[in-house]
Amino acid sequence: MAQHTRKGAQFQALTANRLSDGIVVYLTADDRWSESLQEAEVAEGKEAAEALLARAEPSVADNTVVEPYLFEVAKEADGIRAASVRETIRQAGPTVRLDLGKQAELPGVHS
Amino acid sequence: MYRYDEFDHQLVNERVAQFSGQVARRLSGELTEDEFKPLRLMNGVYLQLHAYMLRIAVPYGTLSSKQMRMLAHIGRKYDRGYGHFTTRQNLQFNWPALKDVPDILKDLASVEMHCIQTSGNCIRNVTSDQYAGAAKSEIEDPRIVSEIIRQWSTFHPEFSFLPRKFKIAVTGTPDDRAAIRVHDIGIQIVQDDKQNIGYEIYVGGGLGRTPMIGKKIADFVPKEDLLAYLEAIMRVYNMYGRRDNIYKARIKILVHEIGVEEMKRQVEAEFAEVRKAGTLHLPEEEVARIEAYFQAPAYESLPDESTELNKAVLADRDFANWVKSNVAQHRVPGYAIVNISLKPIGGTPGDCSSDQMDAVADIAEKYSFDELRVTHEQNLTLAHVRKKDLHAVYEALKKHDLATANINLITDQIACPGLDYCALANARSIPLAQEISRRFADIERQHEIGELKINTSGCINACGHHHVGHIGILGVDKKGVEYYQVTLGGAADEKTAIGDIVGRAFTEDEIVDAIETIVTTYIGKRNEGERFIDTYRRIGVEPFKESLYETH
Repeated sequence: MAQHTRKGAQFQALTANRLSDGIVVYLTADDRWSESLQEAEVAEGKEAAEALLARAEPSVADNTVVEPYLFEVAKEADGIRAASVRETIRQAGPTVRLDLGKQAELPGVHS
Repeated sequence: MYRYDEFDHQLVNERVAQFSGQVARRLSGELTEDEFKPLRLMNGVYLQLHAYMLRIAVPYGTLSSKQMRMLAHIGRKYDRGYGHFTTRQNLQFNWPALKDVPDILKDLASVEMHCIQTSGNCIRNVTSDQYAGAAKSEIEDPRIVSEIIRQWSTFHPEFSFLPRKFKIAVTGTPDDRAAIRVHDIGIQIVQDDKQNIGYEIYVGGGLGRTPMIGKKIADFVPKEDLLAYLEAIMRVYNMYGRRDNIYKARIKILVHEIGVEEMKRQVEAEFAEVRKAGTLHLPEEEVARIEAYFQAPAYESLPDESTELNKAVLADRDFANWVKSNVAQHRVPGYAIVNISLKPIGGTPGDCSSDQMDAVADIAEKYSFDELRVTHEQNLTLAHVRKKDLHAVYEALKKHDLATANINLITDQIACPGLDYCALANARSIPLAQEISRRFADIERQHEIGELKINTSGCINACGHHHVGHIGILGVDKKGVEYYQVTLGGAADEKTAIGDIVGRAFTEDEIVDAIETIVTTYIGKRNEGERFIDTYRRIGVEPFKESLYETH
């Protein structure tokens, strides 16, 4: 499984790609997969993160998503923010072709 | 151009049907991801950061207008209106849905295209010179051999599960535009003193984390023995290639470890065996059948000088610059080779919109015998344009932002998709290439700087060929922050060289200034008319180190 978080990360969220179209999704508190990071459930601490990761299993088994993994986030006044450049790009689309897709719909994430 | 026979059609259609069934079974849950992944990878389907990516083969970089129009259609119908031409002369779509892939493959098959040999540990789509059939110093059209290799290698049962992927490139001219020395096998078409055509063979070249320059193991393999010789190399590799360690699995590591003499000995021994069996002796009539597909088009008999061209060059300075950088000599009088830059200022190297694809298809149909080429430097080529039509071609290209006069200049950069798209990347490549492009946008300045190739990769896998850029840039990740390491003096032509690391890496904010410093240092040190790479070879890395690090 891909490692995109770091040891000792305080806050983590769970992401995967949707099987049918590969689109990036996040697991929510009510066990839905949302395209918005802002709807993601954020786990605090190692144990909560492991429990969150375990909740991906049914969706892998029923072929809703592929390649689920945890990644580090920060909770800020204006919402949840991905800690790495990689996850920020997954969240908000490429930092190029800002006329298209998520990168056009989520202005301000790529500053 | 090669046209499919009944076997090719059957092969591709059966593969489409097979993979369509596999996709359906994956979506219904009959296949798990672990079962499906190797199957999708045999059909060019990757899962990237944001979506699936579909890699479409363009064998030896040659396309008909009809095929290009189909790519435009697929881009519009199933993707986001654009595609990306790669350093493997292929086309990638960044946003297809898995459920649509069977329909895309059916559309591709209708124009004799597919995604076979674009991924997995097989012999990949053969690459070649974009000037094939048109280059002045060409000994033989390299697409003939490339097509023969395609037919031999496609679904070859012995080579479907190699230790690692395997790339073959062919060139038919002494000046190498196909980067043959950084391929697993590089084939240089040569001629002996009796005018017989044969093949010089290089083996064990490659980029990635362990860049190596291919070593010559044969000076002259006769035409009829080419496949036997290639099969011998493949057998040695298949037998001794390191399957235990993915980082040591490419043939370059084997050649490096056993040495070129031992490799040669092993291949020669295997070659003798293959020859004895006789089955791979190329039949003359089959070679002739394939050759016939690559016959020269019906050129007109024209004077080499074109008064229309000369007048237009004098009247239009922008056109004159474009002719100077983007037009190359053709072997037939009155004709020229036109390079279409896919590197507009501030654009994404290799990206092409569906509208642009349709436009170049129309231009190729009208002015270049209905045929296009994709280059490994992520541009397109019209191989046979009448000199008197050059201005009209230029004007038609200009309407679609395809007439940037920068071929081989500093803004004609190679860049991999990088962290904006790729799941393997550590850093972004495209925004960097765009910044450099904007910094050096002034076309007069670019021409003043002269030939200079900047190649950028977003990770050590080196899809952006950074090792062989005159200036190479490698993106690295340091605790979640992007840094860029610079190499100098690389080259991918007949004087292939791996660049030297210049020193500590630069931040995103520093890198464009660092490139400017390198260019300024070169301008200050160069002799009259000396290219960047020649200056570098003369003065070495030290002056660049000094100017880069004493000011930072």
